[in-house]
Amino acid sequence: MGGLAGVESTARRGSERCCDPTQVPPALSVTGLRKAYGSVQALRGVDLEIGTGELFGLLGPNGAGKSTLVKVACGLVRPSAGAVDVCGCPAGSPGAHAALGYLAELFRFPDWCSADELLGLHQELTGSMGGASERRALLELVELGHVPDRRVGAMSKGMQQRLGLAQALIGDPKLLLLDEPTSALDPSGRHTVRALLERLRERGVSVLLNSHLLSEVELVCDRVAIINGGEVVAAGTPEQLSRAGGVEVETASGWRTFADGTRDDVPRIVRELVNDGEQVFGVRVLTSTLEDAYLEAVGRAPATPAGAEAGA
Amino acid sequence: MSAPFATVTPPGELRSALIVARFSLRESLRRKVFVVVGLLTVVFLVLYGLATWQAFKAADDFTGATEAGVEADAVVGATLAGLAMFAILFLGTILAVFLTLGAVRGDAERGLLQPLLVRPLPRRTLLLGRWLGATAVCSPYVVAVALGAFALTAALGDWWPDRTLTPLLALALGVAIIAALSLAGSIVLASTANGIAVFMLFGAGLTAGLLGQIAAAIGSESLDDVAKVTTWALPFEALYQAGLSDLTADTVGFTRLAINLGPFGGAEAGGAALWLWSLAYLVVVGVISVAAFARRDL
Repeated sequence: MGGLAGVESTARRGSERCCDPTQVPPALSVTGLRKAYGSVQALRGVDLEIGTGELFGLLGPNGAGKSTLVKVACGLVRPSAGAVDVCGCPAGSPGAHAALGYLAELFRFPDWCSADELLGLHQELTGSMGGASERRALLELVELGHVPDRRVGAMSKGMQQRLGLAQALIGDPKLLLLDEPTSALDPSGRHTVRALLERLRERGVSVLLNSHLLSEVELVCDRVAIINGGEVVAAGTPEQLSRAGGVEVETASGWRTFADGTRDDVPRIVRELVNDGEQVFGVRVLTSTLEDAYLEAVGRAPATPAGAEAGA
Repeated sequence: MSAPFATVTPPGELRSALIVARFSLRESLRRKVFVVVGLLTVVFLVLYGLATWQAFKAADDFTGATEAGVEADAVVGATLAGLAMFAILFLGTILAVFLTLGAVRGDAERGLLQPLLVRPLPRRTLLLGRWLGATAVCSPYVVAVALGAFALTAALGDWWPDRTLTPLLALALGVAIIAALSLAGSIVLASTANGIAVFMLFGAGLTAGLLGQIAAAIGSESLDDVAKVTTWALPFEALYQAGLSDLTADTVGFTRLAINLGPFGGAEAGGAALWLWSLAYLVVVGVISVAAFARRDL
């Protein structure tokens, strides 16, 4: 992968971006955000904050309001109430636009232009002076360095998605809003994007990752918020959300579940069972995954393991 | 890899509009719009040339007009040039509509617009750029084809319009107004509905122009007022009428009368007020479009 340094801006840029250069505001600050489309309440008072260099995952079922939240932050949708600031500037303002990069869930680029031409257009509109070297670096970064002249129409969906990522990175954004950025990518492409996100985090770029792929969010995100029905119903680090889920022990009388048990409790549990005359054939430490937390938060209980029973 | 720094100097709004306009022009070029339009225009001019050749030939054989004090060549030339102006306005309208009919809602629904607007590209700048891009294609096109038609008329019938500049400018401004209306419609209407709406407006303007000619022929003031109000409400038609009128601005006598009785005669002259109104109309359509676009969720 090409070096991210190829798309770095001068220090002057940073001072131009935020409305108040004396403070370092959060990359994204959402306060009491509401949005109604007619009688449909898409967002019902969302509060969240993303710090500098933080990778933040946004989860939720279809229609939960995730894309609306991202679009409000981009200035594409007007909020009904509440405030959204990007790097200290109100969403939709020139300062906010200059600070962010965006990849929409349902995006399309003109099919007649090449990858290089598309990035060139976005460079011109951003005012980036990076020229051909910046375009080359970005295309290499998303593993499209070998096809700069290929027309968008001749690219696979996955290639277009990676081109979209390169486009979002033009102008060295401080906040990257990615709406389902890996939905069309194969496992290798997802790995590339994950590596890219981690490198962005190292450089202090904040990322809002809106994804249905829980495993992906779990792997790369520092914090996660789960939205359901236009409200944040759970938030925390993936570890906080994926709390321990008990211990299962296979005995002669079948599987026994100790719901409050952890890995550290296993020796004690086994010892007590043996002392009680049970024969122990196997032990399984259960952990509640982010998926379980997600299903619980959106009101769909996770499936109970077959054969589990209440622990002692 | 060695890495240069990418300093960022945001472009001004006018420069951004020009970037969008240039990108729109490049799209027209790549999508072979110019090739298709060019080929069909050649077909149109060939047909026009054939019709002109035959019409002047027929006029040469007809001696009755000269005996009545009517310059047959002027009548034929003015009628054919009027026909050419009508056809060229129609072709320019097609071009303007198809270049703009899905510029906002259509592009937003396809997901083309959002990446550009977030860049940052102010919405009013996008509108200005798209209008400039469409006008940069349509206006020179109608001017070039009209000049071609006039040249054919001169070559085959030895007739040239009394005024050249104002008919050409009228066509150019007329299609610029149609492009602005189509762009405005694209903010609120889906592409197909917008295309239909603009062509119906074009038809309404055409009908108003014909009503004006009928009013002049039968001497109906009220009908004339209706026609005038309608054509000024749709100034591309008033401009077309003004251009048509200027084709024979210096023609008088029985020749004038004969031209007025023809299908492209009796057109209303515009005057300076029409040009000022047309420019103001463009500004008003622009302001309304910007306000409507600013309120639209994407």
